[in-house]
Amino acid sequence: MNVMRNSDPRLHYLTPLKQTPFHPRTAAENRLNDWGPWAGYTTALSFGDTAMEHSAIRNGASVYDLCPMVKYRVTGRDAAAYLDRLTVRNASKLSVGGVHYTIWCDDAGKVIDDGTLFRLGQTDYRICCQERHLPWLLDSAIGFEVYIREETEDVAALSLQGPCAWSVLNAAGFDVADLKPFRMRSFPFDGGELMISRTGFTGDLGYELWTTPAHAIALWDHLFAAGAPWGIRPIGTHALDIARIEAGFIITNMDFIPVDQAVREDRARSPFELGLEWMVDFDKGHFTGRRALLKEKVNKSSKWALVGLDIDGNVSVEGSIIYHNGKTEVGTVTAACWSPSAKRNVALAQIRRPYHETGNLFVEVYALRELQYAKLMLPARMCERPFFAPPRRRATPPGPF
Amino acid sequence: MPSFDVIVIGGGTNGLAAAHRLQTSGRKVLVLEQAGQAGGAAVAREFAPGFRTPGLAHIANQIDSRVMSGMDLGRHGLGFVTSGLSSTALSATGDHLVLEGSAGATIRGTISDADRKNWLALRKQLLSFAEVLAPFKQLTAPRIAKRAGNEYGKLARFGLNLRMLGKADFREFLRMILINVYDVVNDELTDKRLKGLLTFDATLGSWLGPRSPNSLILLLNRLAGEGAGQRAALALPKGGMGAVADAMVKSATASGVNLRTGATVDSLLIEDDRAAGVRLANGEEVRAKIVVSAMSPKTTFLKLVGPRHLDAGFVKRIGDQKSRGAAAKLHLALKGAPDFRGADLKSRLVIAPSDDQVELAYNAVKYGEVPKRPVMEIVIPSAHEPGFAPAGHHVLSAVVQFAPHKPKAGADAARAEMLENALAMLEEHAPGIRALVTHAELLMPYDIEAQYGMVGGNWHHGELSVEQMLFLRPVAGIAQYATPIEGLWLAGAGCHPGGGISGAAGWNAAERIIREARA
Ligand SMILES: Cc1cc2nc3c(=O)[nH]c(=O)nc-3n(C[C@H](O)[C@H](O)[C@H](O)COP(=O)(O)OP(=O)(O)OC[C@H]3O[C@@H](n4cnc5c(N)ncnc54)[C@H](O)[C@@H]3O)c2cc1C
Repeated sequence: MNVMRNSDPRLHYLTPLKQTPFHPRTAAENRLNDWGPWAGYTTALSFGDTAMEHSAIRNGASVYDLCPMVKYRVTGRDAAAYLDRLTVRNASKLSVGGVHYTIWCDDAGKVIDDGTLFRLGQTDYRICCQERHLPWLLDSAIGFEVYIREETEDVAALSLQGPCAWSVLNAAGFDVADLKPFRMRSFPFDGGELMISRTGFTGDLGYELWTTPAHAIALWDHLFAAGAPWGIRPIGTHALDIARIEAGFIITNMDFIPVDQAVREDRARSPFELGLEWMVDFDKGHFTGRRALLKEKVNKSSKWALVGLDIDGNVSVEGSIIYHNGKTEVGTVTAACWSPSAKRNVALAQIRRPYHETGNLFVEVYALRELQYAKLMLPARMCERPFFAPPRRRATPPGPF
Repeated sequence: MPSFDVIVIGGGTNGLAAAHRLQTSGRKVLVLEQAGQAGGAAVAREFAPGFRTPGLAHIANQIDSRVMSGMDLGRHGLGFVTSGLSSTALSATGDHLVLEGSAGATIRGTISDADRKNWLALRKQLLSFAEVLAPFKQLTAPRIAKRAGNEYGKLARFGLNLRMLGKADFREFLRMILINVYDVVNDELTDKRLKGLLTFDATLGSWLGPRSPNSLILLLNRLAGEGAGQRAALALPKGGMGAVADAMVKSATASGVNLRTGATVDSLLIEDDRAAGVRLANGEEVRAKIVVSAMSPKTTFLKLVGPRHLDAGFVKRIGDQKSRGAAAKLHLALKGAPDFRGADLKSRLVIAPSDDQVELAYNAVKYGEVPKRPVMEIVIPSAHEPGFAPAGHHVLSAVVQFAPHKPKAGADAARAEMLENALAMLEEHAPGIRALVTHAELLMPYDIEAQYGMVGGNWHHGELSVEQMLFLRPVAGIAQYATPIEGLWLAGAGCHPGGGISGAAGWNAAERIIREARA
């Protein structure tokens, strides 16, 4: 039954969450019936065993349904100039067939969202991101000859991640041996087209596969048939979340509040405050937020820092408050896990400057042990991200595992 | 080509005022004006052989006192035929009401004792409120932010003036400041002619009807102005409004300002993200470290600077700044004196039969239509002095409201309809006038935009309404004459305190530039 396809648009409220084109397959696999909402879609949080799913990411081949990722298509003569003005990175320099991670800011230089930018053609780009931004993208188009279209529902995408991802694709008949990280290539598939990009959100060897909803089921079936020898398995958001924390990646609305949604004025964050200043290109010409960011850089007026923490013990510290010297409150953990890959207790945290430089940090944790809390003050050390970075993620050609 | 410290774009009254003030502060200033003559909307024009008329503005009631004395306009030839222009609320039956003295201190005509008495009380109250607001015109709009550079001394005086109102009047001030003029006149008065006149005056140059929220503040703004040095007075410059333009040009030039006419600025030169000069339409580049734009803010940012040099949120705000004009300008060459049923032709003649008629006339433009019965303000310069028309002939200059800035019927059809409806209104009040017309010209808001560059044909280069006043003028974030582009400043009517033949915005901007340079 598929009530969401009901033709009367007034009945949309009967199905507040949409199903992705892969739903017939993910529903059949979801043994615990463990679902959560993501950008208006029903998505699997886990299929039965998060530890096994995470293990597939790091030791085999995993498949994650990416369809709810918000996607915009930007085309037209000024597409590159438009994206140069919209985002902080240099979109003109991105070559056709390339992808880069990027962010965009408001006038005050506060981050609106992050995402990946795909250059599909000279004047043809796709933005993939977490939140919806059509009004902002359209406002930003004033003065540019560009066409902007939301195409979230027109694209069906899967993320194939893990050391065996390349082997699976090879077995599936897609030759991507020489495809470098952040590059993409198209293949004919099922009478349509399949675009494969060497991208992902796990910090491991992996690819993302893009087609239209009409070919979604065929793609799923083809991948799972080809990947069976490598133990290919669907994964839910919980497993992916562990992998992305290991990789040190941040998520909008989890590790920072996008400025256009922040209710409290002081919650907005600049790229400097999220550890993203490396991508800000001050030399490419004007972009939204540039003057504010330049001022912040010159005046050194950033108030926050986003850092990686390594914490004593093995109690995961999500949501904890961070103290300097065990006394002064200086920040909050935004994401944390015991990392099965790094065998370390890790976290991402927002820390008020200058405490990101002082050291002597502690994390306050209330560990629930059989209905009783143990209050712990765990020493935490600032450390480099990613926490886990296997060389295979960049090796080209990737090795057959 | 000599080098300049400052380029002023637009030689309107604000541009000239800013240029003069900056030149006398020791800077070398160049004014670039696209028209053949500087002065903007104050420039006089021959619209038919032998007939001269004020281009747009025809009454002086906003001239800034600092501009008047700082530019020594008297010495440069500015005089007034009258600084006490009366207003006649015309009646189609000849039962006119004449308001004399500043803001109608006395009323002549048949009117009930109650209305006469209530008017005097209301007038006094409105004037006292206007007196509180008046000082605001001469300072940079304050901002609620740290280190905003507010002029706290002057602001304190404003606070003091408010306190001086006394408790009861202060409460009334707060009650009335954001109210609509329709409610106010109907609370106090019954006479239709008087209510028509007051609601006309409040909505003159705006895109508001008498019943629109906040319309009273525009009447207060009008009363806070000065004509020939007198609060709330209406003045007629000797030789017409063109004399203001001429005197300002003379004064600016005498102070050393370089003035180039026929020089249309096409774009701003931006180097290292700061203003470096301008490029003219003919491709020529003129360089200076400070560029002051005394033309419409919208055009300044969207065209001269261009969205690519600006943040997206800012571009959106500027693009959304409301700039709808609803005032049309009518010029008639008449082969004899018109007879408005005995009204004094030396008075300002207002056809606004009632407050409801003003509202109805406004109603049409909400739908992009031409009102059946427009309202208008008429000045007959040739009745005051010779030099405007051949002997025995007359020139009629009228601001006719409300005219659609984007008519549904199309530009030409709407102009023709507006002219016909305006002439019909005139004929109703001055029988036989149509037969006297030898030449008629009507400038619709879009014609005004094309000729003067006022976006939407708006009187104030962007509507003057509460949500676009003070620290929100022209839009939030640039209310203190500085812009996001370092070295680029605003100085036209689109800034605080708004339009009128005044020079206040230009003078304020110059003061701000001088002060920031010192800081
Ligand atoms: C129909 C009508 C009637 C009015 N009647 C009155 C009245 O009776 N009394 C009164 O006080 N006010 C009146 N006003 C309002 C008054 O005319 C304006 O508010 C005032 O002219 C604003 O002065 P300004 O110097 O800011 O701009 P403007 O007078 O508009 O001057 C701007 C100047 O910039 C020039 N310019 C524009 N673009 C460029 C460019 N790209 N390059 C170079 N130069 C450029 C223009 O040619 C113009 O000279 C009236 C307005 C209208 C529309």
